[in-house]
Amino acid sequence: MSDDARKTFALDGQEVPFEPGQTILQAALAAGHYVPHLCFHPEFRPHGSCRVCTVKVNGRTTASCTTPARDDDVVESHTEELAELRRSLIQFLFTEGNHFCPSCEQSGNCTLQAVGYELGVTTGHYNPLFPNRPLDASHPDVLLDFNRCILCELCVHASAEVDKKHVFALSGRGITKHLVVNAESGRLCDTPLAVYDKAMSVCPVGVIQRKGRGFAVPIGTRTYDRAPISGIAVARREEV
Amino acid sequence: MSFPLEKARDPSKLRRIAIEPVSRVEGHGKVTILLDEHDRVHQVRLHIDEFRGFERFIQGRPYWEIPVMVQRLCGICPVSHHLAASKALDLVVGARKLSATAEKVRRLMHYGQILQSHALHFYHLSSPDLLLGFDSDVAKRNVVGVLAAYPELALQGVMLRKFGQEVIRITAGKRVHGTGSIPGGVNKSVTAEERDELLRALPDVTTWAQAGVRLIAELHAKNRELYETFGTVRSNLLSLVGRDGKLDLYDGVLRARDADGRILFDGLEAEEYESVVREDVRSWSYMKFPYLAALGAEEGWYKVGPLARVQNCDSIGTPLAEAARQELLASSPGKFIHAPLAFHWARMVELLHAAEVIERLLADPDLLGRELVVTGARTGVGVGIIEAPRGTLIHHYEVDAQDLVTMCNLIVSTTHNNQAMHEAIREVARKHLDGRAPTEGLLNHIEVAIRAFDPCLSCATHALGKMPLAVDVVAATGERVARIVRDAEHAP
Repeated sequence: MSDDARKTFALDGQEVPFEPGQTILQAALAAGHYVPHLCFHPEFRPHGSCRVCTVKVNGRTTASCTTPARDDDVVESHTEELAELRRSLIQFLFTEGNHFCPSCEQSGNCTLQAVGYELGVTTGHYNPLFPNRPLDASHPDVLLDFNRCILCELCVHASAEVDKKHVFALSGRGITKHLVVNAESGRLCDTPLAVYDKAMSVCPVGVIQRKGRGFAVPIGTRTYDRAPISGIAVARREEV
Repeated sequence: MSFPLEKARDPSKLRRIAIEPVSRVEGHGKVTILLDEHDRVHQVRLHIDEFRGFERFIQGRPYWEIPVMVQRLCGICPVSHHLAASKALDLVVGARKLSATAEKVRRLMHYGQILQSHALHFYHLSSPDLLLGFDSDVAKRNVVGVLAAYPELALQGVMLRKFGQEVIRITAGKRVHGTGSIPGGVNKSVTAEERDELLRALPDVTTWAQAGVRLIAELHAKNRELYETFGTVRSNLLSLVGRDGKLDLYDGVLRARDADGRILFDGLEAEEYESVVREDVRSWSYMKFPYLAALGAEEGWYKVGPLARVQNCDSIGTPLAEAARQELLASSPGKFIHAPLAFHWARMVELLHAAEVIERLLADPDLLGRELVVTGARTGVGVGIIEAPRGTLIHHYEVDAQDLVTMCNLIVSTTHNNQAMHEAIREVARKHLDGRAPTEGLLNHIEVAIRAFDPCLSCATHALGKMPLAVDVVAATGERVARIVRDAEHAP
């Protein structure tokens, strides 16, 4: 194959073109193919933390958000084996935190919930851990509900790379890993976070909330009420 | 302090009968009866054996979540909790007067709720007793039995409830556990298409509601003795009334009357409820026993709900329901009505009233307005009172400067009626059970009295006649001497 020929890989038997430097996930979404994913955000460098976008490349499992697309690779995504793995990952996230969708302001706009629906997750399956995570309501305009954190690090990156404020970080390891606020007091009110910061708009779940704004958008008209996340992710492919 | 039949002198010598769970009510409860060797009744208690804990786990949550979270108390009347919480939190966000649109959308939601809940209770839960007989064949004494014997009537019940649920869906976003009401207003108004959809169904609804009132009036007329005396206990009455004294189920002021109808207090604002209502606790029950503070626990217990409301108000502001109310009052000239079975009649009057209010609201252009939310000066305390289908519902919150709830007190309708329900079933036990060998039909008499109050213990059971019931008769030695079982497959 000559160098100027179009480079492609096979995704579930379909040819997917890609530009040099694109990852498998970026190329797949750009070509209109949905690969379930959670912590990936088109505006930030992928970091492969949630592993929901795991695919098989030439028979080996890898996170598609961090794996560069290569010519002639054979990629499997929509297989029952991978779907089962992804469902388990989502179930781990639901059971490690306290996710009460019925009274969560983010319900209908929540990526975790939407990916759960997409993958057919109907129960948490595993025993819930019910961690005790008090809220941080110290900031006058912003509430942090750590119960819902899935450790995607998007707020960490947004605050550091876009806002240049370094308000958020992850601390601890393994099951004790958790989101912290970069202030000596540990309280959000002692950080420079402002409501117009990028970090305010990237949380895929309901951790970072504007205060006083609850349920202003009716049920049935929220993002994932209108279409499943697979359709919306593909429709937004130009952002990728 | 102890009421007659509340506490047996020497329980160890008595045998215990349990009706567990009480069927065709929302939620799980049981009745225990202590009998001696001659089947004389010595003690009757209604136990609510579930514990929900909402007052505690709401603490520490942001106030704007509360109207959506707290409604999960119930699957039958979530709208009542949704709105009572919203009303309390209106005060916290400084919305002392809502926009006309928000007020009317909420009223529409609430009257839709009244309509569906009353229809559910009368047609699905209580009509089997009233139409088929208290001790009729237990296998048929359920909504399916009613469907077989009175198909048109049962269908009307189903369709009435469906209409109420549609009103809720349009105003709250979902038929059950919607999110339409938020502190300071609503998150959506009604579109012209949605309004027209409801208007098309409305004529039938009003016709069916009128038929329902006629039916219960006829049942009364046919068997006056039973309907006027069954479980009848005199008590005070409490409800909201509109500021003009008319029946208002969404908002108003507190009014109480004594058993003869004399006003005890009137015009009390929601925030003042603590000055007139106290709650007593008994060691044997998870449910508190509210009473009017001025009268004390012994004399101050009261009834809430439809029968209290239609007598407590000066009149009903819609013509068909007011005419129906007058007919109900005329059945007991010059005397206030305290018969539990009259709750059903009052309930159907209110169902008709709900249909008329919905008709008025649908004709109001404010319903389609765009001003949805208002706010004002933030406060730290809010009390919201609403007349839920089953009676007065009080939500009381304290919210700190960081927007988190620090205190929650909920007094739900069924709790207000706690003592009244006890007295009613004790009266039934005295008249119908005392000295007679207990049978399933006789025990159902106890349940009939409880059902009249439409207690919301949580969610319905037994609608298809499959409610498991095992009544053990245990000797003082602990040996089981007899067992009455229905639906053996599920019985404990």
